[in-house]
Amino acid sequence: MTAAVFFGCTFIAFGPAIALFLFTIAREPLRVIFLIAGAFFWLVSLLLSSLVWFISVQISNKESAAQQKGLLIFGVVLSVLLQETFRFAYYKLLKKANEGLLTLSQEETMPISIRQLAYVSGLGFGFMSGAFSVVNILADSAGPGTVGIHGDSQHYFLSSAFMTMAIILLHMFWGVVFFDACEKQRWWAVGAVVISHLLVSCLTFQNPEYVASLVPTYVILFLMGVWAFYSAGGSLRNLKLCLTCKDKDLLLANHRPR
Amino acid sequence: MDLLSNKWIINLIFCLFFTASLSGDVGVLHVLESEANLDWVLQNGPNPPYMVILDSTLFTRSVMMKLKTGSSRVAGVVVVAPSSNPAEGFSPHTTCPNENSGVYSESYDPALAHCNVTKWNPLGNGLSYEEYDFPMFSLKDDNDTQAIKQCYYDHNHVVNGSSPRYPLCAMQLYSHMSAVTDTATCMRRNGINFSLNPETVCDPLGDFNVLASTRPLNYTDKGHKTGESVVIAAARLDSRSFFFDIAPGAESAASGFVTLLAAAHALRNATQDAQPNRTILYAFFQGETFDYIGSSRLVYDMDNKQFPLDLDNVHSVVEIGQVGLHGESKLWVHTDPVSRRNSSVNEEVEKLIRNLNSSALNLSLSLQEPSFSQPLPPSSFQRFLRARPIPGVVIQNHNSSFTNRYYESMYDNAEYLNMSYPPNLTPEEQLEYVTDAAKALTEVATIVARALYTQAGGSDPIQLKNINADSQMVTQMLYGFLVKSNNSWFQQMVPSDFAIHLRDRPTNFYVGVTQQHSEPTLLVQYLLANLTGTTVNITQDNCQNQREDEDDKESKHIYSYMWVQGAAPPNSTERVAFCVRSTVRLSKALSPAFDLEEYTSKDYSTWTESRWKSIKGRIFLVASHELEMLTLGVGVAVLIASLMLTYIISSKADILFSSGREPTAATY
Repeated sequence: MTAAVFFGCTFIAFGPAIALFLFTIAREPLRVIFLIAGAFFWLVSLLLSSLVWFISVQISNKESAAQQKGLLIFGVVLSVLLQETFRFAYYKLLKKANEGLLTLSQEETMPISIRQLAYVSGLGFGFMSGAFSVVNILADSAGPGTVGIHGDSQHYFLSSAFMTMAIILLHMFWGVVFFDACEKQRWWAVGAVVISHLLVSCLTFQNPEYVASLVPTYVILFLMGVWAFYSAGGSLRNLKLCLTCKDKDLLLANHRPR
Repeated sequence: MDLLSNKWIINLIFCLFFTASLSGDVGVLHVLESEANLDWVLQNGPNPPYMVILDSTLFTRSVMMKLKTGSSRVAGVVVVAPSSNPAEGFSPHTTCPNENSGVYSESYDPALAHCNVTKWNPLGNGLSYEEYDFPMFSLKDDNDTQAIKQCYYDHNHVVNGSSPRYPLCAMQLYSHMSAVTDTATCMRRNGINFSLNPETVCDPLGDFNVLASTRPLNYTDKGHKTGESVVIAAARLDSRSFFFDIAPGAESAASGFVTLLAAAHALRNATQDAQPNRTILYAFFQGETFDYIGSSRLVYDMDNKQFPLDLDNVHSVVEIGQVGLHGESKLWVHTDPVSRRNSSVNEEVEKLIRNLNSSALNLSLSLQEPSFSQPLPPSSFQRFLRARPIPGVVIQNHNSSFTNRYYESMYDNAEYLNMSYPPNLTPEEQLEYVTDAAKALTEVATIVARALYTQAGGSDPIQLKNINADSQMVTQMLYGFLVKSNNSWFQQMVPSDFAIHLRDRPTNFYVGVTQQHSEPTLLVQYLLANLTGTTVNITQDNCQNQREDEDDKESKHIYSYMWVQGAAPPNSTERVAFCVRSTVRLSKALSPAFDLEEYTSKDYSTWTESRWKSIKGRIFLVASHELEMLTLGVGVAVLIASLMLTYIISSKADILFSSGREPTAATY
């Protein structure tokens, strides 16, 4: 659908992610490294789940539509579980790495906190997941036509872009909540993350009823965002202070050496 | 989708081309209902540019000229080819074919030039010779075409002049042509070496003429041959239509050369044992449609000592033009009135006509001269007359204007020649069935063969009576060229590496560019070799090396040897191949203008064809421009909003995330 749609959808899908990267990650080399490592872990999880998917499709009955649909649901669930497993694995790896980094470095405090790692790894997962979700669709959107000659909705590109934006942000929030829960040994929170991920993925089976899939996803996004905000150390009081610009005094008053 | 597009063929004087953009032209589909409906496309329609779909009944000059003038709103034209020929006729050629390249010019005889006496092709609308700014494709009327029309009716069709709502059905056609303007510019651009890989943008049209003679000629001995007197029997090999890749040329080409092939076969025995005085040279000219490429080249070669004969060796010319008979029993013998003003030429021509008439005795056809003084119709013989006043005739099936209503169009096919087969025949049975068209052409071939024998000096009346064309062979040839070239008879007569190129569709008679061998040239070459040559018992190795045995160095200058597949005997599946020795030669049919690098020549053909990339098309829906801009706007807004929000949050991050701040490092 021409360059206008291509750029529009790219900005929608990757806008927040690019903004986050530019302002919070790009200047810190350690964060960049952990971001890319996180993306890689997500990629490996996808590789494993696609291997299982490929094998199971080959041995299945290609004619039966019901079996193929069942296989698709199985594939999605497996992929979600594998992604979360790899998130946990990445968490374990980062813990070990942090101890190692600490013994090696000269300073007393860690160069990067586990909370920042949670954010960065979540964003890494999000980047890679978003790329795989939407890049093929963006490539097709650059052509002269739009979806619909066989009767499908012509809002395909737009809704895919919005979905991708939601997924990227969700991965970031899940990362924060997940790592925080692992730190504090709150396994119910870990389970909640997994369940909400499953829920969002299964909502996409509603497509092409884009409203039915996008609206609940954005509701979940908002809720996870609030939860992540609290896990990351935010509170309503801080928010009010920020919004009413009383923060400057607070900073001075609470100033302590780091 | 089976797409046939028009290749960009250009000439100095005629620039017929289609500009198409590199990335393909996109246009909103519109099925044209009538000529009045053109207003929607050209003025009223709110979503230009349009891709116009025409039924063949609307593919007329007036519609095309109107589309041409409004070409800023036209992205392309698609013509749906009908499954049967239109009754009223259709010819995209001009009314006076090859007007400026024949012999009739102001200097020869101004009263006869430019078809002043007879308009040879009155139904010609000249569409093939116009310039268009958009691509044009042809589609067969099949399921895909129905799907395209259905897409139009579902999405784009309006009633009562209201605007159709987006998304609209659109089509994209790719047919990028590299050439520009005219031949001289294009050939000049070929020579520019800006980069390491100079890009050729156009190629000259041309191929090879197929020649054979009753007495072998030594091709290393070029120039005038003393004492040799030759009768040239000529026919044209090529045709064209508006669209590339579909030039069935049944009456305009095949009727002529199939007759000549049959005549050559009929003469084989008579000219092998007791040779008549004069040699008969069978000449099949390629590229005649495009200002006589083949014949002008042969005349040029003869004039410049590039051929084992020259024009003084030529005694007379007998040319077979369009001779398809649709139930009539009369053929017309055309001659050139200007050269006949010379009494010796006139005498020879009268002798030739008498030969023809006596050959037609006891046969059901008769030959007659036109009743009034008329120039020659477009024919290769005209190029010979440009060089010398040679006596000769052109045999046609029309008295004055063409009777062929589909001259040089895609409708000039087997159906027009009345090649009708009874229903429920297998392809093999169809191959063997002798149609009425074949019977008629057999008679013509017999007449021509006998006349050639007499013209060549043969005088044995028993031999003359035994010269008969074979109707079985004629019908097989007609089937092979006009219905399916992949048949068992053709398979037997070609070498194995060509056999895989035989196809299950009629032959395409478009001459094509010089680099690309055209299928009819090769087919005629192999057929002529088998029909006029002899089988020789030599090994495959010797045969393919053009020699009779290991020490033979001379035969290759005189004869040509072909190792053909042959047929499988009844009990086995292995073909028994053999070697055919004949006097068949290919002579280059490239316009002398390209050798002389005179790309603006008025004397020779200067036709070239543009280079092109892939030719394809597709349909899809397009969204409105507003929706696209809205998407872009939302995207930019999301980007800017997220940038601002992130900046604000990250600058206040200390405050926002301050509770639960990490205590000293050791805990984690």
